[in-house]
Amino acid sequence: MRKAFARLRTTALTTAFVLATIPMISIAAPGIAMAEQVLHRGNGTEPETLDPHKSTGVTENVIENDLYEGLVTLSAEGKQVPGVAESWDISDDGTVYTFHLRQDAKWSNGDPLTAEDFVYSFRRAVDPDTAADYAPILIPIRNAEAIIAGEMPVDQLGVKAVDPHTFRMTLNGPTPFILGVLSHNISFPVHRATVEKFGNEWTRPGNAVTNGAFMMTDWVPQSQVTVVKNPHFHDAENVKLDKIVYYPTEDLAEELKRFRAGELHITYDIPSEQIKWAEENMADQFHNTPYFGTYYYVVNLTREPLGSSLKLRKALALAIDREILTDKVTQGGELPAYSWVPPGVEGYDQQEVDFAKMSQAERNALAKKLYAEAGYGPDNPLELELLYNTNENHRKIAIAVASMWKQTLGAQMTLTNKEWKVYLEDRDLKKHELARAAWIGDYVDPLNFLELFLSNAGERNDAGYNNPEFDRLLAEAAKPENVDKRMDILEQAEAVFLADMPLIPIYHYTTQHMISPDVQGWEFNVLDIHPGRYISLKSS
Amino acid sequence: MLRYAVKRMLGALPTLFLIITIAFFMMRLAPGGPFDKERNLPAQVEANLNKAYHLDEPLPQQYLRYVGNILQGDFGPSFQYKDFSVTELIWGGFPVSLRLGGLAILFAFGIGVALGTVAALNQNSLTDYLVMGTAMTGITIPNFVMAPLLTLVFGLYLSWLPVGGWGGGGIAHSVLPIVALCLPQVAAIARLTRGSMIEVLRSNFMRTARAKGLPERVTILRHGLKAAMLPVVSYLGPAVASIITGSVIIEQIFGIPGIGRYFVQAALNRDYTLVMGVTIFYGVLIILFNLLVDLLYGLLDPKVRYD
Repeated sequence: MRKAFARLRTTALTTAFVLATIPMISIAAPGIAMAEQVLHRGNGTEPETLDPHKSTGVTENVIENDLYEGLVTLSAEGKQVPGVAESWDISDDGTVYTFHLRQDAKWSNGDPLTAEDFVYSFRRAVDPDTAADYAPILIPIRNAEAIIAGEMPVDQLGVKAVDPHTFRMTLNGPTPFILGVLSHNISFPVHRATVEKFGNEWTRPGNAVTNGAFMMTDWVPQSQVTVVKNPHFHDAENVKLDKIVYYPTEDLAEELKRFRAGELHITYDIPSEQIKWAEENMADQFHNTPYFGTYYYVVNLTREPLGSSLKLRKALALAIDREILTDKVTQGGELPAYSWVPPGVEGYDQQEVDFAKMSQAERNALAKKLYAEAGYGPDNPLELELLYNTNENHRKIAIAVASMWKQTLGAQMTLTNKEWKVYLEDRDLKKHELARAAWIGDYVDPLNFLELFLSNAGERNDAGYNNPEFDRLLAEAAKPENVDKRMDILEQAEAVFLADMPLIPIYHYTTQHMISPDVQGWEFNVLDIHPGRYISLKSS
Repeated sequence: MLRYAVKRMLGALPTLFLIITIAFFMMRLAPGGPFDKERNLPAQVEANLNKAYHLDEPLPQQYLRYVGNILQGDFGPSFQYKDFSVTELIWGGFPVSLRLGGLAILFAFGIGVALGTVAALNQNSLTDYLVMGTAMTGITIPNFVMAPLLTLVFGLYLSWLPVGGWGGGGIAHSVLPIVALCLPQVAAIARLTRGSMIEVLRSNFMRTARAKGLPERVTILRHGLKAAMLPVVSYLGPAVASIITGSVIIEQIFGIPGIGRYFVQAALNRDYTLVMGVTIFYGVLIILFNLLVDLLYGLLDPKVRYD
């Protein structure tokens, strides 16, 4: 009897349970349709490090933009928008920035994120012991330069926690581009307790505490990095993706195949020889957009004959048919370059070399004239060595340019390719006559390009360029009283620079990605930064 | 035999020491350093980095420090992959390479020996030409052609298998890389087996075996194959060491987290400690497998004795 009762009771309970779950299932049903959103993203190479103060590359930046958020962050369109700071005030002289932090700002472990965290992080970024490659872009902050040089203790940095939610930063002078710097990974906050507890291992999954829209759950070197949505992120309710998996994809041809097989939603790049094919066959998924970078041939001004002969440098610059190069050789939709600063800077009128408006025939004629005036001709051809780092695309461009110079001017080129590190050393030691080089902007401001060629820029000034007028203009642009005229002055500086022709601009970069039609929220911007918090997947 | 093995191991120590020394100084001879980048470092930052990694010391002192550290099992931090130590990178990647390479060589050995034997038994027949022709093609098609072809056909067109990725090491993700690693080895082993088998078939002890009235199957499998394996085993020693340490091409194409690519990447990045780590690791494996080969000789070849 008891047994029977027991059975009855079980049946009743089961029935009750089943009945009770019916409404639950019907509620859960739409949830099943909106399955977990997982974005699979090709990401170039294995990240060197995920310590935002120590990393330097695009690969690392892609992941760090999802793991961290600075005081200022980037919108989907690449505009500077409030990040951890809800708002900020700028003093009248433009040198003191007061940031009001979100009251609800938290780390991924739930700890409150305060102004003290930013004080610690900025000090760590400029601390010579951290040895951060990108520390120099923080030099606008008061005393940063001396601290980086090891001449002053880190606590002298112009940053201060006024109260837990108010952070103050004092600059050397008005620096309109500082907000761009603050959205760069060098300005991301790091969690002090974690860094101090784990040392070099603090970035590992399980250890890492971050403050971005996502947090790391897995990192298998050379295989994948996995991040999941961070519930403590202040805008978590608007983050659609549940998970992002980044794959190192060094072999671009294979990356494209993985994309076509549906294994990736977004590719890091496209092999240049397949761009035409992608344009023709997968036009709706092929994205080709301008990028904030310039590809150029730099002249070593400390060596003759190019160093003292503007005519020769100009003849070489004129004789390159950039349209043919981008149309037939590189084929990536690059923009032929006639300037040093790439297009895309708001408020800055792009400067161009004086021959930009000429036809190629006119340029060639002028090139021949200047070449002859410089004392060269068929009996006395110019002999030069062009250095580039070993790479198929650089080789193709070098061959094309050398043949243009030969055809138009009769110049004899020796093409020398060297492995990356050897090439860098040669360039740093100024062993080159003419070298291929490129620069991609870290933040959208002309200064990021122009300052490389200050006479005191050291090895990075790979032309050995030294024009006091140019230096003076850049110093002028940094003065508080010139804050309104800053862009005009920088334009003048670029005009001076281009007229001296210490480098020959070839093209402005473009970036290419394959993007699945399921991906939504991917907006164009010249820095090519696309944080996962704005991306969602169409449920198919 | 044990005494011989121990003696050989001890004898390997100077070799290993020589490898370490040569690799250390050769790496430093290469122009450029680990911290050379497009963006030049401020002098103080570079000095600090050099100090942190002891690159500011005179080279002989760095060498002594390095040798001292590895004697304590410390291979140092990676210069390129700053969040990991060399030991972690090698121990993280080696199981993957070992699994893929181990399976590949196992399949290659089984298939290669079978094909080679069949070809040898049917010398100069259509079967022989067919097998050897295929083997020849297998050797001549390099990995960087074979692997993309495999992913194109089986991954993209037929959609039977994933194109790339490691997927935590699932079977589906392992098939194509194993095939790509295995094919050239099958070819090499088949050719070696055939050549050696043909010679063995004509030898006196085979005639004796047949004269004793042993069935042909037993003659070939028990006596013939054992003798014919000698050159294959000599080949396998270094081949196993190289295949289980991964292949840079296969790993890049399929996106596999093995250690093969560190050999190339570390050298290009001037990641001194990682270069040294993989070189020593590979050196030890080569020495180990050569010793194994020699010991196997003792089992396979009655003329060899280690007493």
